[in-house]
Amino acid sequence: MSSAGLTAAAMAAALRRGEVTPQELLADARAQVSRLDSSLNAFLALTDDLADRQAERATEMLRDDRLGAGPLCGIPVALKDVLCVEGYPTTAGSRILENFRPPYTATAVQRLIDAGAVPVGKTNCDEFAMGSSTENSAYGTVGNPWDVERVPGGSSGGSAAAVAAGMVPISYGTDTGGSIRQPASLCGVVGFKPTYGRVSRYGLIAFASSLDQVGPFAHSVEDAAVAYAVVAGNDPRDSTSVIDAVEDPLSALRDGVRGMRLGVPREYMGDGLEAGVRERVTEAIRVLEELGATVEEVSLPSTELGLSTYYIIAPAECSSNLARYDGVRFGMRVERPSLTETYLRTRDQGFGNEVKRRVMLGTYALSSGYYDAYYRRAQKVRTVIAREFDAVFETVDALVCPTSPKVAFTTGAIQDPVEMYLNDALTIPVNLAGLPGISLPCGFSDELPVGLQVIAPRLQDARVFRVAAAYEAATEWHRHRAPLVAA
Amino acid sequence: MTAPATVDTGYEVVIGLEVHAQLLTRSKMFCSCSAAYTTAPPNSNTCPVCLGLPGALPVINRQAVEMTVRTALALNCEIPPFTKFDRKNYFYPDLPKGYQISQYDLPLSQDGHLEFDVDGVRTRCGVTRVHLEEDTGTMHHAGDVLQEATSSLVDLNRCGVPLMEIVGEPDLRSADAAREYLVRLRQILVYIGVNDGNLEEGSLRCDANVSLRVRGATELGTKVEVKNMNSFRAVHHAITFEIERQARVLDDGGALVQETRGWVEARGATVSQRSKEMAHDYRYFPEPDLPPLQLGRDLVESIRAAIPELPEARAARFSSQYGLSAYDAAVLTGVRAEADTYEALVDAGVSAKVAANWQMGDVAALANEHHVALADSGLGVGGLAALLALVESGAINGSTAKELLSELYIVGGDPAALVTERGLGQVGDAAQLAAVVAEVIEANPKACADFRGGREAALQSLVGQVMKATRGRADARMVTTLLRERLSG
Repeated sequence: MSSAGLTAAAMAAALRRGEVTPQELLADARAQVSRLDSSLNAFLALTDDLADRQAERATEMLRDDRLGAGPLCGIPVALKDVLCVEGYPTTAGSRILENFRPPYTATAVQRLIDAGAVPVGKTNCDEFAMGSSTENSAYGTVGNPWDVERVPGGSSGGSAAAVAAGMVPISYGTDTGGSIRQPASLCGVVGFKPTYGRVSRYGLIAFASSLDQVGPFAHSVEDAAVAYAVVAGNDPRDSTSVIDAVEDPLSALRDGVRGMRLGVPREYMGDGLEAGVRERVTEAIRVLEELGATVEEVSLPSTELGLSTYYIIAPAECSSNLARYDGVRFGMRVERPSLTETYLRTRDQGFGNEVKRRVMLGTYALSSGYYDAYYRRAQKVRTVIAREFDAVFETVDALVCPTSPKVAFTTGAIQDPVEMYLNDALTIPVNLAGLPGISLPCGFSDELPVGLQVIAPRLQDARVFRVAAAYEAATEWHRHRAPLVAA
Repeated sequence: MTAPATVDTGYEVVIGLEVHAQLLTRSKMFCSCSAAYTTAPPNSNTCPVCLGLPGALPVINRQAVEMTVRTALALNCEIPPFTKFDRKNYFYPDLPKGYQISQYDLPLSQDGHLEFDVDGVRTRCGVTRVHLEEDTGTMHHAGDVLQEATSSLVDLNRCGVPLMEIVGEPDLRSADAAREYLVRLRQILVYIGVNDGNLEEGSLRCDANVSLRVRGATELGTKVEVKNMNSFRAVHHAITFEIERQARVLDDGGALVQETRGWVEARGATVSQRSKEMAHDYRYFPEPDLPPLQLGRDLVESIRAAIPELPEARAARFSSQYGLSAYDAAVLTGVRAEADTYEALVDAGVSAKVAANWQMGDVAALANEHHVALADSGLGVGGLAALLALVESGAINGSTAKELLSELYIVGGDPAALVTERGLGQVGDAAQLAAVVAEVIEANPKACADFRGGREAALQSLVGQVMKATRGRADARMVTTLLRERLSG
């Protein structure tokens, strides 16, 4: 029987009981990918040699107690194609990096390799992580495992789909404005965005440096906590990484929510929500209340400014971060007689429309004469948004709310960029404030998954897992698998 | 070729210098590659960070920050408690990230000044700020002229080397003053060990903002930025050329355009490179990959405490403490190691005046000849002190000392032992010398007659004969006395 669709915890237990080997788990993952990926397109490249080497290594680690095999040892994982893996194609979903093979490995990936995890491949995503549907990938759209005609969300759509389709039990994505939590919500899996600075960004191809954060997808809260713990921790190569020791995210997993004060931000339950999403989330909040939490309505008045603030700051940073793709040293080059023309043609042909739109927006926002009106003001609003969260966390321990205002939509259905941006309205403020947040399954609307979002104060990542685990333990939603998982 | 004299144009000249100095750190500004890049094969002294590869992140070099603070304090700057790095965005192949990490509105230091003399007049030039950034790579164009090059090669070995920018106020009023400011600034940078002072190789670079205004005017005139000056002489020539060029335009009733001009050494002229309209909009914004820096007062004070006595103060002390002329004191303190050598000689018991004469004379000549400073020579400071002690005590005379200095400078050795071994001791025995003097008088009747006839110079030739006969070991003063006695007797 295939291990497809099992949690990492179940696989790890089976490995330790000797019921399965890392090679067998890898073979199952590969079988699932080859069976489903022609319709899903979740993977851009398979890291076959690396996976084989890691399976070998995991076997040794599991055999010898002294090698300290951890919970991800021998577990197949998938990596969003913005994480550098030495010698393997790393495209960031962009034509401009089509043949780029980085000569070094991202810190987060290295920690996985050291832990004996088995990276199966690189997953599809919106170009440079810019998008909410993975439709902006230069390498084709990704199908949602619950309905392949629909989007998996984005930008980490490939990573979300790979877990939801039972190809791997754990995958990693990045979340700049919701790019882990929103696709997790749309694909019916758990997705966690850590406190900004908890996971090293070294080797992560930058979209917006002050917002980007690496995090896991999983079938369960516990798996997500484990997957987070392996990659978290200070990295001297990332000056924005947090120095304080990481609190064990598993420590409070069974503590429950009795006596906890949970807030529901009024602004997150507004008119923009689909009825089905509102109903499922309202029911989920009632479950938490029944588990002994006190629930109260709170207000984050500047929430509606989050989107416009984000669409100044993120494009400003991206306009600078993407300047290095100029065709001179690596990636695609469209050679023309002059330097300027070479720059222009390379970037014109190498970048897709959404990337160009954001580079232009950001360039404009930083231009002389406009900086104060846009970038500086956006930074001030960002501070206001962060302070409003601080104030709310004076009275409540965590916030619960929807992750995405809607369930997975049909591929191609949203053409207007601003309408697309609204998908992230409930996730963006968390990035602006640098907070930890999770999305976990809380039911279905029209047979499509709905996600519940839990948000906690900065560095209280363990509290996010605690609330999420309590809800998960009381419900069965996380056990549901998309029908295509089973052959 | 001598520097052209500054011409009085009738306008007031306003000059401000921007100086870039590569720091003598071990590693680059934001990665662990070596900052000593010149000897590495092209593009070998690089890593993902300084190559600007996707996903690479910068980490601030602590030593570079400390050197910048040291410089800022030596230039009397304030060190604000809070500073940050910013991105300066522009496209060029020698800038792999498409932006330079620099500092914009909150530099590491500000509000300093440098004082110096120009033709005996005390002059003060404000230092707006000293900030820290990263150097770019270098370009090698196929063909001689950039505009005609059909291809260019990029070498990123230099990319990311810590670069300090010292922005001067427009307080300089002549090409002489500008050159003197740069000379003094360079001396300080080298003195405090942050830069090697090499203008020719570009580890120290100078741009000049030059403008003219009618005397008495308070508004500044249109400024022109002059680049590509890689010697003190070039700085002086280029500024002088620019003053004359601008004066001619104004005299003819024309208007100057704000632009960047390059100094072309071969043509002895500045040439327009870029007008204001073509200037970049650098879109500065705070570098999100680096948190702001908060420099503790303790750190700043410990850096301040470790700054050595600066050349001007040291020269003043040398004059008063050792009784040296202002000129000698300036020469001896111009290079820190030389000043240290001088004080080591004095500490070793050599008299101040003797130490100065030897160090600036024979020792300087030997150091120059062998390209080895005394401190690094085989003889060393201790050896020279021992040698000069032999002169002082009368054991050997000056000419013997010079010969020994020359012989021992590279190989080293114990001067006293050598004197004994070779019998070089000064002949100061009156009876022994009297016999030689008598022989010389006997053999040189004409010179003797000349001297008696009043020709004083003839005596010197007789002294020379005695020295020759004693193989240079005779006590010259005693010989002179003896000859006078005999010849006037």
